[in-house]
Amino acid sequence: MVKYTIKRFGLAALILLVAVTTMFLMIRAVPGDPVSIMLGPRATPELKAILTAQMALDQPIWRQLLIYLGGLLRGDLGVDVFSQRSVSDIVFQQLPYTLELILVSIGWSAMLGIAMGAYAAAHPNTMIDRVTAAISVSFIAAPAFVVALLTLLVFAVKLQWFPAIGAGEGFADRMSHLVLPSIAIGLSWVGYIARLVRASMLEVMGESHIRTARAFGLSEPRIVGIYALRIAILPVVTVIGVGMGFLLSSAVFTEIVFARPGLGKLVIDSITTRNYPVVMGSVLVSTALFVISTALADLINAILDPRARADL
Amino acid sequence: MSDALLEIDNLCVDYETARGDLKALRDITFNINKGEIVGIVGESGCGKSTLISAILRLIAPNTRFRNGEIRFKGEDLLTASEEKIRSLRGSDISIVFQDPMQTHNPVISIGNQMVDIQHRSKAPKAEKRAYAAKMLAAVGIPDPDARLNQYPHEFSGGMRQRIAIAMALMSEPDLLIADEPTTALDATLEVQIIERLKNLQKDFGCSILFISHHLGVIAELCDRVVVMYAGAVVESGTVREVFHNPKHPYTKRLIECDPGHIKERARVLPTIPGEVPDLANLPSGCIFRDRCLQAMDRCTSVPPLTDITESQRAACWLNHMEAAE
Ligand SMILES: Nc1ncnc2c1ncn2[C@@H]1O[C@H](COP(=O)(O)OP(=O)(O)O)[C@@H](O)[C@H]1O
Ligand SMILES: [Mg+2]
Repeated sequence: MVKYTIKRFGLAALILLVAVTTMFLMIRAVPGDPVSIMLGPRATPELKAILTAQMALDQPIWRQLLIYLGGLLRGDLGVDVFSQRSVSDIVFQQLPYTLELILVSIGWSAMLGIAMGAYAAAHPNTMIDRVTAAISVSFIAAPAFVVALLTLLVFAVKLQWFPAIGAGEGFADRMSHLVLPSIAIGLSWVGYIARLVRASMLEVMGESHIRTARAFGLSEPRIVGIYALRIAILPVVTVIGVGMGFLLSSAVFTEIVFARPGLGKLVIDSITTRNYPVVMGSVLVSTALFVISTALADLINAILDPRARADL
Repeated sequence: MSDALLEIDNLCVDYETARGDLKALRDITFNINKGEIVGIVGESGCGKSTLISAILRLIAPNTRFRNGEIRFKGEDLLTASEEKIRSLRGSDISIVFQDPMQTHNPVISIGNQMVDIQHRSKAPKAEKRAYAAKMLAAVGIPDPDARLNQYPHEFSGGMRQRIAIAMALMSEPDLLIADEPTTALDATLEVQIIERLKNLQKDFGCSILFISHHLGVIAELCDRVVVMYAGAVVESGTVREVFHNPKHPYTKRLIECDPGHIKERARVLPTIPGEVPDLANLPSGCIFRDRCLQAMDRCTSVPPLTDITESQRAACWLNHMEAAE
């Protein structure tokens, strides 16, 4: 298990290295001189030369890459062109907001989706099954930004139950600021996970070990909730791990609609101001988040499924 | 009969399929008495597994009970409440299912599964684990304490089969049902398991319903045997009667086809020429008519299962002719 963990995170680091290199080369391949873009049309040649040297742009590309990667290893993501602040400070200041939004969103939606799917699978083709199917499908069909706008208008502006903008301070305030954004992000996940769990649950419930559990008189809640669900949630873990990219992109929309601080807002703001080091730093951290979450999903699956552990 | 533990009367079970109703069991009638070991033989697909899953209503969703009764200690199981059935499952009646590779939960350790099935006992968990280890040792699993922490995929097929048997025996049931329990085992293990089942039967006086395609094992272990063909009982009686003086052409063919099978172990039941009738589209008359060497005009009507001796019964018109002579 320890060996697998090391191997899996080694692989994750490798994937990240490839991603960073590709991104770095792509940005350098874009026509146009980053220095003129940063400094604007009125820059003096001396200023340009200083910045070029500072950003190591006068070096061959492979050295630039090595310098960049070396910086990354030291946790140095470069410097914000405008404020001269360290990019990693800026990014890691925003990261917790996005993380808490994503975790809360996927947390509530996974719990509700798993419960709905398991319940529907335990009562197939009943009224409740059809109702959950209808709810799930309409949830899946609702895009995050539409839900964001609707909930904002109804619950924040009209009913004023929840705050409309910002992230809040102190635990209770932060939580109440999370309600609407996490509904916006999580709603379609509820539907998606419910459908997924229902399907895999129905498959598992037909397997012969479930008949064995019944043959020993185990209670139906125990059979459904433990003997079947422990197997049926395995695909959910994978889907959430891989869905991290999707979660991040819906977090971007949601952060903008609710004017929440976070990576999404940071990326959009820095793109509009052409603040390349910040763009690159935040994209890099998002990529790392994605790679780490798929690795984590594999690890969790290995913990939940001894058969997967055996193949490692 | 007052000492009957399980009585099956005129049981008819269909599977609803796209092709129409598949008549998996037709008019099944036989008893298991207290302390008795009854064997069921028959080709694959003749309804043996359907029969045993019907007893505890552990049935596929498309199963339909059309007629008949299954009484356990006098109480009809087909009309019993769900709670009543659940209270029997794994306590009064235990089942060892056919496929040992699929029979355990793949993500729960064997120890936890064996502790879980003792859910009716109030004993502390450590005691339940100790009992589980004891049972594993009893079916010949070495190092049982450590093995409790392992998962099903870490055991061989034969070991899983023995674990399934150990689990079924844990509650010391009144009736143990075993569906081809020795098929996945090698010959030495098979002998050991048969011995163990015999001892269990002696120690606890439980009854056993034993399904096998191995005629020799049935002869060795069972008191009585039921021969099934295409969803029906064609002959039943004591092992001695049925194997030495079979009264149905199907039984005769099974034994004649390969007499060695009574002595040696077989992977499959001896095959006899011809095809089993389509259960979704049954021919009229005797179901064995098409494969029977002694078929005659009379076989266009269904022969009833009639008494030959006090204990032997067979469903063949030939016996009626003998009786008439
Ligand atoms: N769930 C089901 N739906 C339809 N047909 C089934 C189902 N289960 C079993 N059968 C069919 O019923 C017949 C009896 O099967 P089974 O009881 O498993 O026989 P055996 O155990 O003697 O091999 C076979 O023809 C089989 O294909
Ligand atoms: Mg079978």
